[in-house]
Amino acid sequence: AAMELPPGLSAASRAAALAAGYICYRRGGPGRGLALRALRRACAEDIDGVGRKYHLELELEDVLDKDSTVNCTAEVLYHLGNKNIAPDVQFTLERELKNADEADNVFYNRIKSLEKELVAENIPDNHGNVSPEMEPIHLLAWVASGYVIWQNSTENTKFQLAQIKHVKQVKRSDEYLEFDYKILLHEMLTQEIIPWQMTVLWHPQHGVEVTRDSRQTKEAPE
Amino acid sequence: MRILLLFAALAANAHSEQLFVGDQVLRVTASEEEQITLLRGLGEQAELQVDFWRHPTRPGHPADLRVPFHSLQAVKIFLESNRISYSVMIEDVQELLDEEKKTMMKSRRMERSTSTFDFASYHTLDEIYNWMDTLVDDHPNLVSKIQIGQSYENRPLYVLKFSTGGLKRPAIWLDTGIHSREWITQATGIWTANKIATEYGRDPSVTAILDSMDIFFEIVTNPDGFAFTHSSNRMWRKTRSINAGSFCVGVDPNRNWDAGFGGSGSSSNPCSETYHGPYAHSEREVKAIVDFIRGHGNVKSVISIHSYSQMLMFPYGYKTAPAPDHQELNELAKKAVSDLAAVYGTKYTYGSIVDTIYKADGTTIDWAYDNGVKYSFTFELRDTGRYGFLLPSTQIIPTATETWPALLDIMAYVLEHPY
Repeated sequence: AAMELPPGLSAASRAAALAAGYICYRRGGPGRGLALRALRRACAEDIDGVGRKYHLELELEDVLDKDSTVNCTAEVLYHLGNKNIAPDVQFTLERELKNADEADNVFYNRIKSLEKELVAENIPDNHGNVSPEMEPIHLLAWVASGYVIWQNSTENTKFQLAQIKHVKQVKRSDEYLEFDYKILLHEMLTQEIIPWQMTVLWHPQHGVEVTRDSRQTKEAPE
Repeated sequence: MRILLLFAALAANAHSEQLFVGDQVLRVTASEEEQITLLRGLGEQAELQVDFWRHPTRPGHPADLRVPFHSLQAVKIFLESNRISYSVMIEDVQELLDEEKKTMMKSRRMERSTSTFDFASYHTLDEIYNWMDTLVDDHPNLVSKIQIGQSYENRPLYVLKFSTGGLKRPAIWLDTGIHSREWITQATGIWTANKIATEYGRDPSVTAILDSMDIFFEIVTNPDGFAFTHSSNRMWRKTRSINAGSFCVGVDPNRNWDAGFGGSGSSSNPCSETYHGPYAHSEREVKAIVDFIRGHGNVKSVISIHSYSQMLMFPYGYKTAPAPDHQELNELAKKAVSDLAAVYGTKYTYGSIVDTIYKADGTTIDWAYDNGVKYSFTFELRDTGRYGFLLPSTQIIPTATETWPALLDIMAYVLEHPY
């Protein structure tokens, strides 16, 4: 039986953050990102022998156009026992998202026409600034981190992308764009900052894919 | 914009006594591949000392060259005879540098007055400490600066005291920056301190509060950590105390208080971000506040400000049992959060720490509450994770502006409910 939870409750908000990250990964790109605006309702249901399933009603916002929001329902199932299985996430968006083709194509063509592979560091910078040229690179990392977060979340974790420390474009002979990111993830319960590497593939028609990712060891303790 | 960045690089050179008198910057546009090759060749002639600010890439795309005065004639003849078109972008580089230096010095001088302090950017520790002195200078009958102790690395721990007189009036304690990476909090603290000072005598609520109560405001509660976020690691959270027997530095100052100290809502590992420390109040930064509040004896409210998550919380974090005043604190939080949302629509959640965020042991407000300070609250300011700790400076003033009515709600309530 499903039990209604107050939306301010930490467990519900963690499930909501995970769902939002997953949805962003599935639907986002350098020209479009989604973030959780509000958790409207949450129910939790214990399924014997399987795990705990959260039923969520979320409001997501378009990161590039805060006035554009979309409601969605999501289900997050955290598996019992084995912590190495990513939670199952299902979702339904109330309506189709705004088309990002133009922004995607502008970015795609810009990167394709660079003479030297793109390299950048510290996005955002210490003051939270992201230059307009780096905004799609930032957004792409935001979207891809949704995958890493989904794959590594448990009921007791809440991850967010804290910063891109380094990004390097990897030249490819096919039509895909490839970026090697070193990011910092922030985990809310332990407050840890975790360095992570992710290799991200993208093409306007094929969406975002994380082909490799690995947790890095922290640099020499300070 | 790029010009300014390049100027910064030049200005750095200028400090080592290199001058650029009479140097010019030429914008050169090659119209064919051969001209690109020629331009590159120009760069290779060492005695000309041509400095490319923007390299020649392909025909039709401009290249920018800084040409030293002694090479100007030769370079211009070269360009003209090869029919490479160019224009003079900067007539005299040194003149422009001198201008810029003057402007920068002027802006530094202007910041000495609080009315021109840039509240919309993030500042260094020195800049904040200097600004505190100007706030006191500008409001000598209301604001004073006291030192409550020293940090681990011997930095002064300063508290701004807002008082219209009396002797040990009932007081409200505010702190920001206990976790150094939460830059929006120190920035909000500065704006808020300034707001309190300027609104006394103008806003009825602020005036009523300060006519009967004192406010103590510690803006940089963890100065060692804050300096470290500027110099070395923007993501540093803890103090900078050395841990015996470990390479890892620092204690989480919000797990170091004597309230549920050492429990599972903190870590016993010095390398952890939530390391509680060897014993309660081991950190000078924490002990200084403990001693101050105990010594004062009449503090009625403690408001400790953090980021991020957009939450307003009250005790407890170290246990799930509701605080005796849960109902009342919950109602007050609800009102404050509603008034905050009314400004720009920013949504906060609220409740006890343990319900809203996670079990946390040894926190500031749990200690305050267990030591008789009924109205103990903690804020988690913007945002909810999009930028997290790296909140853009453009959001400083909106964040401070929306938080103000919530703070005022709490302070006014404390005034109206003496105990």
